[in-house]
Amino acid sequence: MQGNVACAEGALAAGCSFFAGYPITPSTEVAEHMAARLPKKGGVFIQMEDELASIAAVIGAAWTGARAMTATSGPGFSLMMENIGFAAMTETPCVIVNIQRGGPSTGQPTMSAQADMMQCRFGSHGDYSIIALSPASVQEMYELTAGAFNLADRFRVPVFLMADEIVGHMRERIEIPDSVPRVERRPLTPGVLPFHPGEDLVPGFPRFGTGHGVHVTGLTHDERGYPCATNPKVHEELVRRLVEKVESKRHEIADYRVTNPDAELVFITYGSPARTVEQVIHDNPEKKIGHLRFRIVWPFPENALREFPRARAFLVPEQNLGQMAREIERHTPVPVIRLPRFGGALHTPEELLAAMEALK
Amino acid sequence: MTFSDWLRADRLPHIFCAGCGNGTVINCTLNAVDQAGLEKEETVFVSGIGCSSRAPGYIVTDSLHTTHGRALAFATGIKMANPALSVVVFTGDGDLAAIGGNHFIHACRRNIDLTVVCMNNMIYGMTGGQGSPTTPRMALSTTTPYGSAEPAFDLCELAIAAGANYVSRWTSYHVKELTRAILAGLRTPGLSFIEAMVQCPTNFGRRNRYRQPLDQVEYFKTHGMLVEKVRRLQEEGQEIPPETIVLGELARRNRPAMGVKT
Repeated sequence: MQGNVACAEGALAAGCSFFAGYPITPSTEVAEHMAARLPKKGGVFIQMEDELASIAAVIGAAWTGARAMTATSGPGFSLMMENIGFAAMTETPCVIVNIQRGGPSTGQPTMSAQADMMQCRFGSHGDYSIIALSPASVQEMYELTAGAFNLADRFRVPVFLMADEIVGHMRERIEIPDSVPRVERRPLTPGVLPFHPGEDLVPGFPRFGTGHGVHVTGLTHDERGYPCATNPKVHEELVRRLVEKVESKRHEIADYRVTNPDAELVFITYGSPARTVEQVIHDNPEKKIGHLRFRIVWPFPENALREFPRARAFLVPEQNLGQMAREIERHTPVPVIRLPRFGGALHTPEELLAAMEALK
Repeated sequence: MTFSDWLRADRLPHIFCAGCGNGTVINCTLNAVDQAGLEKEETVFVSGIGCSSRAPGYIVTDSLHTTHGRALAFATGIKMANPALSVVVFTGDGDLAAIGGNHFIHACRRNIDLTVVCMNNMIYGMTGGQGSPTTPRMALSTTTPYGSAEPAFDLCELAIAAGANYVSRWTSYHVKELTRAILAGLRTPGLSFIEAMVQCPTNFGRRNRYRQPLDQVEYFKTHGMLVEKVRRLQEEGQEIPPETIVLGELARRNRPAMGVKT
């Protein structure tokens, strides 16, 4: 199965019933597969006039209670930024798939990249937080997409599947489970204000059409949902909560894989560069090479770095100029070696081995 | 019930300036919604950004106050995901025809079962009176200080050309006709577009020789002409007076529609 198809199948398994999108390479197969499958399952597929409209329709559908998703790549992702901020501000659960290609601008439509990792975290204006997952296999395209809906519903945030073109277009055998675990959106308790946060800092969800009469606005709002845009205290409390509800749970949300925790030299990866590192480890079992692979990249779980107490250096191969390496540097005194390889080709095992040998 | 049963009393007073025409359009819309027998629990108001788009915040139903120009795209998502909901969109000339122009023509093309009420004040009111796509040629605004050089959009012609099932234009002077038009729109499957010309004394009127808010309403009254009369004059080869505002039901048809309640 192709990665993009597995992504669509994972979404369907999670109960995604609404997809709005716009064709863009290399993500289009996600939309095509949803167009074929959703109507037969009683869901809605709609091809919108652009990516601004796609994410807007997804947010609108989410307020009717639907599990809703869109898929895109670099230029479309840039167009979505304003409404991603709207989703963060209005606490709308939704899933946004980005099959990353080379940028900036039109860049390399058919070639792989991981250069939108900072954009997904910080791309819209203002302070907020989001969750971003990074699959390294076709199996994970399925699993992590399905899981993305649970995270979106639990935390009421936009959740990003930050895949890359290699994983999106890769074909592998996968195992499809009979069912996937499902965490439901907590509904709003009648009598509680619609934006009053629970103990987990997340408000209950007042689905449209169920009599809550909720006003949802991108303006700074109080717990009633009413615009309150000139009150500094209301704004600060709201924005702090939007960030804290995710960041305070980052170690609980964390999802990573550890190989050889006693290693002195440790590769840190997410997405398809993990595959090259796995090859290097496979080919050199005697070298005890460490590998920390993030399946969830944002919120960044810095405690994961402590899984390697003997680490002498962290080597970070990425398909960008060192976006996550910069984040890792913030959290560790261990030297971080940036290993950028972009333009579309992955690192070769020889390259990574040489980078490691250079540190001996 | 009356229209006031649909208002959020705890949000009042509203933010609209003294003499603004938006309140009239909100009242007409709520009267129409009430007469149509819509249930509050099954009605959603959606808007973008601007003076007109503040309207849903004063209404007791579920409402979504979205980003600039995108109201119709959000409304498309709501209506397609749950066709049982009645969805009314409030928008303005800047929101709909400038930043949201693409969503406007595509929502009309798809003929999504929405009722779209556009408060056309021919100006960007919220940001202090800049020229919009419907600012008349030679009218003054803060960004057209020597008179607008740009020809204006005819929003209704745009909606008709793009495929909306119901298209009507009235003004804040024509309260009963406007209410009836919105009611007709609510009852028509597919996209219904109702343009309501409104006075903006603060940002349009005072720069364009309407000394009092009612002066511009008077202008709507004296320059408005029913579409039937316009067509008759055209057939007779008579001249249509300059600055005529064509009023009435401009389109009613039965193109295939999407998101219709079954």
